[in-house]
Formats: sequence, C-alpha cells, structure tokens
Amino acid sequence: MSLSRTDIENIARLARLELSEAEIPVYADSLSRIFAFVGDLERAPTEGITPMAHPLPGLSQRLRPDEVTETDRRDLYQRNAPRVEAGLYLVPKVIE
Amino acid sequence: MEWETVIGLEIHAQLATRSKIFSGSATAYGAEPNTQADLVDLGYPGVLPVLNGEAVRMAVRFGLAIGARIAPRSVFARKNYFYPDLPKGYQISQYELPIVAEGALEIVLDDGTRKRIGITRAHLEEDAGKSLHEGLPGVSGIDLNRAGTPLIEIVSEPDMRSAKEAVAYMKKVHTLVRYLEICDGNMQEGSFRCDANVSVRRKGADKFGTRAEIKNLNSFRYVEKAINFEVERQIELIESGGKVVQETRLYDPDKGETRSMRSKEEANDYRYFPDPDLLPVAVGPEVIESLRATLPELPDEKAARFVREHGLSEYDAGVLTASRELGAYYEDVVRIVGHDPKLCANWVMGDLAAFLNRDNLEVGQSKVGSAALAGLVTRIVDATISGKIAKEVFEAMWETGDGADAVIEQKGLRQITDTGAIEAAIDEVMAKNPGQLADYRSGKDKLFGFFVGQVMKATGGKANPAQLNELLKKKLAG
Amino acid sequence: MTALPSLPAPTVAGLARGLARGEYSSVELTRACLARIAAGQPALNAFVTVTDESALAAAAAADAARAAGHAGALTGVPIAHKDIFCTEGVLTTCGSKMLSGFVSPYDATVVRGLKAAGTVMLGKLNMDEFAMGSSNETSFFGPVRNPWDPTKVPGGSSGGSAAAVAARLAPAATATDTGGSIRQPAALCGITGIKPTYGRVSRYGMIAFASSLDQGGLITVSAEDAALLLGPMSGFDPRDSTSVDSPVPDYAATLGDSLEGLTIGLVREFFDKGLDGDCGQRVREAIAVYERLGAKVREVSCPNLPLSVPTYYVVAPAECSSNLARFDGVRFGHRCESPRNLADLYCRSRGEGFGAEVKRRIMTGTYVLSAGYFDAYYLKAQRVRQLISADFARAFGECDLLLGPTAPTTAFGIGEKNDDPITMYLNDIYTIGANLAGLPAMSIPCGFAGGLPVGLQLIGPHFSEARMLNAAHRYQQETDWHLRVPSAWA
Repeated sequence: MSLSRTDIENIARLARLELSEAEIPVYADSLSRIFAFVGDLERAPTEGITPMAHPLPGLSQRLRPDEVTETDRRDLYQRNAPRVEAGLYLVPKVIE
Repeated sequence: MEWETVIGLEIHAQLATRSKIFSGSATAYGAEPNTQADLVDLGYPGVLPVLNGEAVRMAVRFGLAIGARIAPRSVFARKNYFYPDLPKGYQISQYELPIVAEGALEIVLDDGTRKRIGITRAHLEEDAGKSLHEGLPGVSGIDLNRAGTPLIEIVSEPDMRSAKEAVAYMKKVHTLVRYLEICDGNMQEGSFRCDANVSVRRKGADKFGTRAEIKNLNSFRYVEKAINFEVERQIELIESGGKVVQETRLYDPDKGETRSMRSKEEANDYRYFPDPDLLPVAVGPEVIESLRATLPELPDEKAARFVREHGLSEYDAGVLTASRELGAYYEDVVRIVGHDPKLCANWVMGDLAAFLNRDNLEVGQSKVGSAALAGLVTRIVDATISGKIAKEVFEAMWETGDGADAVIEQKGLRQITDTGAIEAAIDEVMAKNPGQLADYRSGKDKLFGFFVGQVMKATGGKANPAQLNELLKKKLAG
Repeated sequence: MTALPSLPAPTVAGLARGLARGEYSSVELTRACLARIAAGQPALNAFVTVTDESALAAAAAADAARAAGHAGALTGVPIAHKDIFCTEGVLTTCGSKMLSGFVSPYDATVVRGLKAAGTVMLGKLNMDEFAMGSSNETSFFGPVRNPWDPTKVPGGSSGGSAAAVAARLAPAATATDTGGSIRQPAALCGITGIKPTYGRVSRYGMIAFASSLDQGGLITVSAEDAALLLGPMSGFDPRDSTSVDSPVPDYAATLGDSLEGLTIGLVREFFDKGLDGDCGQRVREAIAVYERLGAKVREVSCPNLPLSVPTYYVVAPAECSSNLARFDGVRFGHRCESPRNLADLYCRSRGEGFGAEVKRRIMTGTYVLSAGYFDAYYLKAQRVRQLISADFARAFGECDLLLGPTAPTTAFGIGEKNDDPITMYLNDIYTIGANLAGLPAMSIPCGFAGGLPVGLQLIGPHFSEARMLNAAHRYQQETDWHLRVPSAWA
C-alpha cells in the first residue's frame, strides 16, 4: 500500500497539521511503510469476531449523580490560555 | 408540475439536569462567559468524562413516552471535527448504538385526521459552546459555558410533507419533553432547537430528492418560514434546470431566506469511533420498568380523557393539553366548579388564553389563578352574573387581582333577579316607547329583541336574561 | 562531574526503614537525591523539571509529620513523576513543545495518591513526546541517555523514569505504559517496571495517548518497592469511568509466598527469530531459577500474538489522533504567531507544536478512521485484538503466569533506529500484547548481554498483580541483577 502526496495533504488537512514541502514526501514514505506493515492484519481470520473496544470485557458505564460539584475557577484555568479577553478565548474570526 | 415536499427534523433538546452530561459544572443559562466550564468542559489534558445518570434516565423516559425501543446497551462515540466551540476536537455523541430507537408520535392535520411521524432514534450527546462576534473586531470570542450541556437529539423519519406538518410535529415533541420535565423547552435560550432536512420530488416519484439541511432553527415560526423558503428555492432551482446540492444552510430571519454555510462546506469526515473513555451504557429491564412508573399522564392520554370525562371536542382537548400546566389549570377549574366542564373549557381557552397571550405570560404566571377563574364560572352558573358581564368581571380580576365576588360587589354587577325590579324596568321601557309597543301588539314579533335591549340598557345589563324574557313576554302580551 | 553523594539504601523499602528508624531525615535524603539529579542531568537529561524547593518543603513537612507521630510507610520517600502526569502548579510538558509552557491547575489521581501517602516529589521526568516512542528520542527536551552506556537509548517512552531510577537519581518513579513504555525502558536500564491491569490505576490526570491501552505504573529498583508504591496509586477513581471498582490488596503482604505449584507458561511466539541470542539465553537462565523455586514450566501458544504490533499501530494511532485534537492553540498549549484565519491557527499551532513522530501517528490514526478505511483498518484491528485477548485467556486456562523476554535486544544506539519507523515499532513486539488485552505485566532484570541489561517479562491474568509481584520478588531474592548499578552512578 502506497500513499501519494495528495493522500498526505488530505490527511494533514483533516488532522489540521501544517506540513512543510520537505515533510510531505517523508510522511508519504513512512506512512506507506506503516500501511504495508499493518496490511498483515488482512490475513487474520476474523469472521464473526466482535471488535474489541475495551480491554476489560463485560463492564458497563458507571453513572454519576446529577450534582454540581465544580465552582468558577476561570481565572486559574485561563492562565494557560494564549489569548483571552473579557473571559472569552479569542480566535480568528469564525465565519459561518 | 406538481411537487411533493419531504421533511425530516433533527430536534436538539437540552436536558434539564443540574450538572453537565460529563462534568460537575452547572448548566444554568446566562452566567458570565466561561465561569461554568470546568477542566472536563474545557478539554484540559488528562481529564476524563463521567456520565450523568440523570441524563440517561431522562433519555429513557423520552423513549418510553414515544413507544420506542430502549437499547439494553448503548455506546458513546466520538465525532471528530475541529471547531472553536468544540474544545476536545470531538463531540461525544452516540452513533451506531443510540439509547432510544424506533418510536413514533401522532400529529393532527388541519382536516382533523391524524398522522404518524416515525422517530428513527434519539441519542444522548454533549452540546457545544458558543462563538461570539459582537464588539470583537477581527476575532471571535469563545464561551464554553454551554459546552457539555446534555442534549437528546431526536431524529425523525422523513415523514413530513409540509412546513405545517413539521411545525405540528415539532410542537408535539416540545409539548412532550415539557410534560416529561426533561427539557424546559425555552427556545429563545436555545434549549429546544432543530435542524430541518428538506427535499422536493415530483409527485409520485419513489426516490427522495437531494436534501439540504437547515441548521439551528429556534422558533416554530422560523421552522415554517425557512422550510417554505427552502422548498420554493429548490423547486425554482430544479425547474430552471439546476440541481440541488447536498449542503448545510443557515436561515437568516432578517432576510427570510436560507443561505449556504461555506465554513461547513468542506467535506466532513467525522471519523466516528467508540469513545474509549466511556464504557457501554447498560439499561436493564428493571430500570426501564421503574422509569416507566414515573411517567406522567402523556398529552394524548390526557386529551382522550378530557374527551371522555368532560365531553370536550377533540380540538378543545388538544388545546387544553398543549402543556401540562394548562391541562392542570383546566382540571382545577372543573374540579372547583364541580360541573359544566365545557363552560370551564371555553373560559380557559377564551378569555384566559387571550389575556395570557396579550401579556405574553405562561399559564403558571396567570394573574387569574384557577381558583379565581372557578369562582367566576360559578357566578355565571348560579346566575349571579351573565356571561357577558363575566367578561367585564374577568378583565377587572386580571387588572386588580381581586376575586370574582369582590369585583361584582365593588362594581355592582350582581344580576338583577328580583322580579319586581325587572318588572319596574319593563314598565318604564313600555311607557317610553308606546309606538313600538303598539306595533308589537299588532303582530311585529321581531320588536321583542328591541324591548330586551332597552330593558338591558336600563338595568346596566344586569337583568337576568331568562327572567327578563319570561316577564317581558307576559307584559308585552298585555 | 561533582562528587556524587550516595543514597543510604538501594531501595524504597530500605529507605523507608531508615527514615522510620530515624537514621536520616527526609530532608537529608531529598537533598542527596537533588544533588544526584543535578549531577546526573547533564549526562542523562532524565528530568524536564526539578522541583527543588517544593521537594525540600515537602520533605520538611514529612519529617514534621513523622515527629508528630503521623508517618505512614512511605512518608518522606522521594520519588519522581513522569511528565505525562499533571501536577498542580508545576510545569507538565508531556515531552512536547506543545505543552512546553503548560502549568497544570490540578494533580493527577496517581500524583494525589502518592502525595497522600507521604512521598516527596523531586521533579518531572523526561519522556518521548506524548509517550510516542521506544527510545526517548522524540522528546522536545532532547534524548535521555542510558546510564549503562550514554551512547545508548534508555528505551521509551518512560526513558526518563528508567534512567533516573537506574542511575539512582530517584529511588522510584511513576511511568506509563501504552505498548511497553514501562517495561521496555525498565529492561533496557536494568531495573523493575510494572504495568498494572487496565483500570487498576486511574488515568485521570495522565495525559492521554491511547485511552484503551494507557495504564499508569511504576519503575523501581525492586518488586518489593513496586508492591509498596502500587497500593497508594491504585484503586477506583470516580473521575475515571474505566477505573475498576475492586479492592486493592496489600501487595507487600504476599511477596514472600511460595512459588511451589505455580505454573509458568512460556509463550512460544515470544521466542521468535527476532530475539537476540544472548537475551534469549538470559531468559532461559531465569526460567531455571523459577524451576528451582518450585514452579512448573510449560510451553503455551498465542498464535495471534505476532499480529500485535500491526494491531497496535492501528488502534493506538486512531485513539491518539482524536485524543490530541484538543491541542489547538485556543485554551492552552502552543499557539502560532499571528494566525491569518482559523484554519491557519489550527494547522500552524499543531504543525509547530507537535514533533515528527507525533504527527506521523496522528496522520496514521486520522487515516485509519477516515471514510472508506474504518472497516478495513480500525474494525479489523479491533477484531484481531479480540483474537489476541482470547489467546491470552486460553493460555491462562493452562498456567498462572506467562514468562518471556521484555525486548528483543538490549539497548540500541541513539539514532540507530530512526530511519524506518517499523524497525523502531518492533521493539515493542513482546510488550504490546499485554496492553491490547489489558493484562498486568512486569519487567525485571535477569542479567546482562554485552554489558547491557536484559529484561525478563511476566504477564498475568487481569488483577493478578499480587501474584506477579510475588513471583518477581522471589526471583529477586535469588538474584541480584536488580541491585546492579552502572559504575558511573554507584
């Protein structure tokens, strides 16, 4: 399995990663190798096998009581924010 | 060429939990930006979602109310996309295994017939935050207070054939979620909103046309207008040789039109997969049964009972059960009055509804409570006042907050039932109108109404109409 | 290098005894560790952050608690945390430029548990960026070096944890394991590492790489130390839906149990052609020790295990592509200069903030989840994962513990395996299976090959940590490989 330059550009766009011109062929090569390697899975006989999403079988989701446990800690949480104004996180204009 | 419209709705109802679906933050509306967004809502590194049990129970109650199948095991999945109001870069939703599937509701069409609207599924998910643009030149501000508010997304079958049907269905769901007390239904605040999938096809065609999705409609009026605009747009487009493209559109209420949302046009590939941070949600038969026991009388059941017990028309029963509060108000009035349920219904649907509407109030905020209205109806029934006077009394009750009897006393509106007083008034009128009296006696029966009017005028409208009729007939006969 | 103060005892158990007897204070012990860290940092680069001041304050508080009669078994014992664990008020980088300025506003549950047990945090340990790597070369803060040979890698992704403990800069360290990230560096650095059962240790506050595989654990000198530290960091956490609500046993209580009657399974697939001859020989010698201790040894087969690496390289990247989407330059983390528009903000912040291996995995995962590939890759891999789990379950029908090598070779040279990602990924060929199946596993030192340490891997059924630690401890009573210290750090 071999990935083209266009494949890499599409994946990078979907993943919101800017790649330099030089990086594109490098990723095309390494992802192609990875998918060739991963292609081994095709041979495994998996008919009728349920996909395993969790490592511990048979458990189910625990439910939390509907209680408000958190208080306003905006100032603390926004200390890590690159751009904030009037309590809002700022981003370039969102166009709808 | 005849066209048929095909509409399916995806209704988003915010669940009325105190805390968010995956965090312990409050869900109250209108707080300062980002003061109700904790580490989980902000998608901070390392934090994990923990499911609010009340949200699950509310979704199950909804499913039971629409006769749906409750999944014994439902799964949360991640819907991956980048957007500033989506902090984690994915929305936790349900994809392949929703908690509720295969239900239905009935709507009543204009001609009185009933139509079943299928509900494909209803699933739990988290709401996104909000992007604000006003007063921020060149940038948008992100408020994540709403992020993580629990939603059920209710997905209908493409069963509706007109904007009116779509609105009737949406109103039905709106009524139901408020009956169940799982959603406050506040559309201005966005607690209840919908996306409409609209397509057109030539009458008789067996395949659906290409559909456009109109996003985020938050009023019944907009739903109707947006769908009607979109239907016209699509028909014109096809008739002029164009093709409808599958896309997301936004309704602009100021211009009354829908337009393409360019930002969302980029091919979406949501890459759904089961959320590894959450386990399958199990809802066993005993949980289902205990929740079924908590269901209130539902609107359709209540309406049927009003027809049966109170002798109301289906239409009246439908109006009076539009909200749980209105139905309760009506039944309170009937209970206190003790009889004449039809008269009670007329008052609730007539003057009460008109005044509520005029002052933009909910029935719970009515300035005339159910006991007060019952007091008024009682005075009509016992002939203390006439129905016509009662309207005046009601208005005074609304303005002053006084009870019916107090208003009647203050304004001296008590009906005259004293035979002597009525006879005196009749005598006076007869004396003042000898010409009309002669005409009447010579066979002009139609003048009877004239005399009734004159006596009523003379008594300030307070003469008991039945007594007046009887006495007047005798006196006029001579 | 300045003169290196030595630690008064080689293990946490020994240090805890010394502290309890008042032979030295926690402040003295902490000072000795800080001095070793300062001396070791230029050569090993094991730490990203050293929290000198708060460590000494915590040590003084521990001494005061002891004086007041409130000391627990671990009060005053200095440890260090992998920089994947969020620590309140302290830089938490996850080895990435993306988080190079991120100060966590909260403590991970693991950190909180160990703090409550009285341990003293020395600092935060270097690691492969977002735990993606097997050599600690992908860290934004530079590679960590192996204390046994500074030209070699320490393994990864918990390379800082392994190097710090191997060089005795810290008596013990927390670590995490998604595909071998505790066991492989423990093996390559000649120390003990334990990855508990998935769900045993809360993942809250552990920055996620692959949520269905990640598990917090420990790198220590001995199995006894691991047993002492594992309790306080284990157990049900209401903040982690995947943590398991079952009681945490006293792991130290059963360390000395007899191994008579224990059945050990040798997984045939672990002794494949990729296994270095000398490493294989050390493992066989370890098996002989177990036989002397009364264990029965039999061969078992897990036929789907050879598919564990390709399975992992679908599942882990898929989860990581989603888990790392939150790093978008908006609420925390690196943000590019003067973004032209929203797309530019995202693409450049992420393009600049993530290193090459992280980007490679995000792209791999994005691809396997995308329309048209989901069934062929993601679902297929989750089905094979089921098969691998079933293989283990079958094996545990026949034996109590599985045993084999931890890594196919000893530590390799820095830069040696950077050309082809597959070569690097195959380092984890023996460790990944336990993550896919959620099983507890350990690596313990079992000798040397070419002067470099070799690791022996133990894998147990779900929640068999006590039995596994018992088996490791009994082996360590018979051998002293775990007590060997590189001469430069003795």
